[in-house]
Amino acid sequence: MHYQNRKIMQSGILLAAGILTACGDNPSKREAVVINGDPFPSTYQPITSNATLIKNVTILDGIGGRIEKGALLMQGGKIVSLGQNLPATGDTTVVDGQGKWVTPGIIDVHSHLGVYPAPSTSSHSDGNEKTAPVTAQVWAEHSIWPQDPGFGRALAGGVTAMQILPGSANLVGGRGVTVKNLPDRVVQDMKFPGAPYGLKMACGENPKRVYGDKGGPGTRMGNVAGYRQAWADAQEYQRKWDLYYKDFDAGKAPQQPKRDLKLDTLAKVLKGEILVHMHCYRADDMGTMLDVMQEFGYKISVFHHAVESYKIADKLAAANVCSAMWADWWGFKMEAYDGIQENIPMVHAAKACAIVHSDSELGIQRLNQEAAKAWANGRRAGLDISQADAWQWLSANPAKSLGIFAQTGSLESGKNADVVLWSTDPFSTYAQAEHVYIDGALVYDRNNPESWPVSDFELGQPGEGDSK
Amino acid sequence: MKALLSFIITCMLCSSLQAQNYAIVGATVHTMGPKGTLENATVLIQNDKIQAVLTGDADLQAYKVIDAKGKVITPGLIGAHTSLGLVEVSSSAGTVDSEVSPVNFSTVGAAADVSFGINPDSSLMNISRIAGVTSAASSVTHSSQLFSGQGAMITLGDKTQPIIKPRAFMGVNMSNSGADNIGGSRALLWVALEQAISETEFFGPKGLSPAQQWHGELARADLQALWPVVNGDIPLIIDARRAADIRQVIAFKQRHPKLHIVLLQATEGWRVADELAANDIAVILNPESNLPYAFDQLGATMANAARLDKAGVMVAIGMESHNIRLAKQHAGNAVANGLAWSQGLAALTINPAIIYKIDTLVGSLEADKQADLVIWSGDPLEVTQTAEQVFIKGQLLDMQSRQTKLRDRYLDLQQDRPMNYVRP
Repeated sequence: MHYQNRKIMQSGILLAAGILTACGDNPSKREAVVINGDPFPSTYQPITSNATLIKNVTILDGIGGRIEKGALLMQGGKIVSLGQNLPATGDTTVVDGQGKWVTPGIIDVHSHLGVYPAPSTSSHSDGNEKTAPVTAQVWAEHSIWPQDPGFGRALAGGVTAMQILPGSANLVGGRGVTVKNLPDRVVQDMKFPGAPYGLKMACGENPKRVYGDKGGPGTRMGNVAGYRQAWADAQEYQRKWDLYYKDFDAGKAPQQPKRDLKLDTLAKVLKGEILVHMHCYRADDMGTMLDVMQEFGYKISVFHHAVESYKIADKLAAANVCSAMWADWWGFKMEAYDGIQENIPMVHAAKACAIVHSDSELGIQRLNQEAAKAWANGRRAGLDISQADAWQWLSANPAKSLGIFAQTGSLESGKNADVVLWSTDPFSTYAQAEHVYIDGALVYDRNNPESWPVSDFELGQPGEGDSK
Repeated sequence: MKALLSFIITCMLCSSLQAQNYAIVGATVHTMGPKGTLENATVLIQNDKIQAVLTGDADLQAYKVIDAKGKVITPGLIGAHTSLGLVEVSSSAGTVDSEVSPVNFSTVGAAADVSFGINPDSSLMNISRIAGVTSAASSVTHSSQLFSGQGAMITLGDKTQPIIKPRAFMGVNMSNSGADNIGGSRALLWVALEQAISETEFFGPKGLSPAQQWHGELARADLQALWPVVNGDIPLIIDARRAADIRQVIAFKQRHPKLHIVLLQATEGWRVADELAANDIAVILNPESNLPYAFDQLGATMANAARLDKAGVMVAIGMESHNIRLAKQHAGNAVANGLAWSQGLAALTINPAIIYKIDTLVGSLEADKQADLVIWSGDPLEVTQTAEQVFIKGQLLDMQSRQTKLRDRYLDLQQDRPMNYVRP
């Protein structure tokens, strides 16, 4: 639903040739000012790969299907087919995965890799622009350090893509960006082609704690006033641009509105081009935001952390808003005090969209275990969810919430071959990602140390190239 | 099926919550003691003690019999490094007894004594114990002084007397953050530690009356707290991470052979594993910490626990508070990265008991030890398996917590009145 607008916008960008063109440069060929929507375009290039057939494996296709003794064929970076008996042509690499499992690559909707990298020195702390409560003008991608060793660790945990977000100090923290887990020399090299932007927002304790002594907001009611004023400002800004284009089309010579980077981003949310990812723990905070969303006609894609989603899972299902959750984190602050271990399966059982997320450079390495804990705790509470359905929490639902499900997030013919071969049932503590494929290329092979990524930071240091 | 079995076990017992004698039959029992692992075994509990762990037939007439066929029994897990009982909500929520600020009567922080602050009614207690954690080391986690003070060994099974052993260990931070607190440099940090030790050695066990003069740098309360450390009565838990710092710790022990030294974190311990083993220094670590968070943790790897164990170093796992219940997952991941399974379980049970010198009481299932044990649905190190029934001091625990009650209240959202009227 968000993505149609996005396509229209992208075609607009192409027509506008990607630059801010001032009117009056050439009076005989007057053109309206068009703002470039993609000034930092992706330069991602898939690694060339051989056709690969993985056979004799248990396959979870990521959309509820399970195949025993199955096979998966990848070619040209795409998934060709999956089934039980697939033929391999002469030059296909064949992997016999007897006893092993295959799933879609894991997608983490909430990572701060690169913006809060290791080593976590103050000089690397680039995740929170704590200078004003609304900083929609900042973009996480401008803070990402591609040499964060955390990317390689996450890859070894089967993570093929992630959204990197600003922190939660601000009501509006700035744009998040979706990346392939293949960092290279500059951040554009890992940007997921065609992925819409996210906007990080935050409910509750963090903004009021950060700004309580800095002019506010200092309360939850102050927070909500802050969001609403920001949206009202964005509406007014958009009306100015709409009027500008209307007058232009009517043959008048309107003055271009002053460009405001903050309101640019907020207006794109109101147009459905940027997806809102909102840090929100408490059920009542989420309930308030569902009404703010209605008031200003925008869409919250996901409530992140969502520790109390189980209390309002029916309302979240009705509003079609996802919850990104931990399996069992709780108690580190008041708004996390009511965390329970059945949150994820209870949200799923209410037919709301459930996502397992990390918000952690350690958690991102074991998201399969987080899903496994939630799955098992759900079963013990009488919520009988299959493993095949539960895998939606790790790949398909994150991909949908990020607007990239047409490209990845499930094992379906024609999709990007983002695939993990697990040593055993990935709902086990002992399961390890043996092979990780991104766009069909084997980018991590646990049994081949030469294949392990080593960041620049790790070169020449103790433990370089060690198993991590 | 598992849920059904669990239901049967629970309801066989729901009428009897007071102490009595139990015979738990049919499980695979990992004693973590000399008897090793026994299949289809019987655990006899008499009052608060393990009476016997045996195989074969036995007369069970005097016991309440619990069928645990197909289950796994282990000793109760011991939280190796926690703040249980000292913290309810960590941030912006009032007093947190695991965080201390400097005071003038304690110049180096050693005097702090958390045994005064343990709250057995903390919600973390029930949440942790129904997940199999039956006792813990609890201590200050945030201090800007040299020492983090005296920690306590606690039980999660007693709502009136939670302390097993007060003043059971002392903490000191010799990592980057320790140096940041003390003069900004190891050049001063280590001098501070050596001075504290030498003043305490000089001071001795004798104590001072207020009228007696004392011109040392350490406050009297600190000297008193440090004497059992210097005398080797309680362990000194030293946080050190890089190989160079760990070598300093080894040299420190060689200078002060009487001290009982245990390493905390030891991120690069694997690089010094043989020396640690030769010097009989045990390690409490988080096996999942595999990132170079600072320049004193560059060699971080999930293989640390396995490599240390292989060299003969005793390893304990479990550094958490709100989620100390995840220690079993941490140990499972150490096993996935090379640690022997039995050592993974030892790292949660007998090893911390030995480190904290409470192994005559808990840590293994042996006759006359305290009856702290867990009946698991399966392999406890598996993330999908859970504690189905926990015993502490021979008492069958009510397997509820604030979290299970929240779950049960909200399992059905369709109510005809506000949720505050729904009693789970």
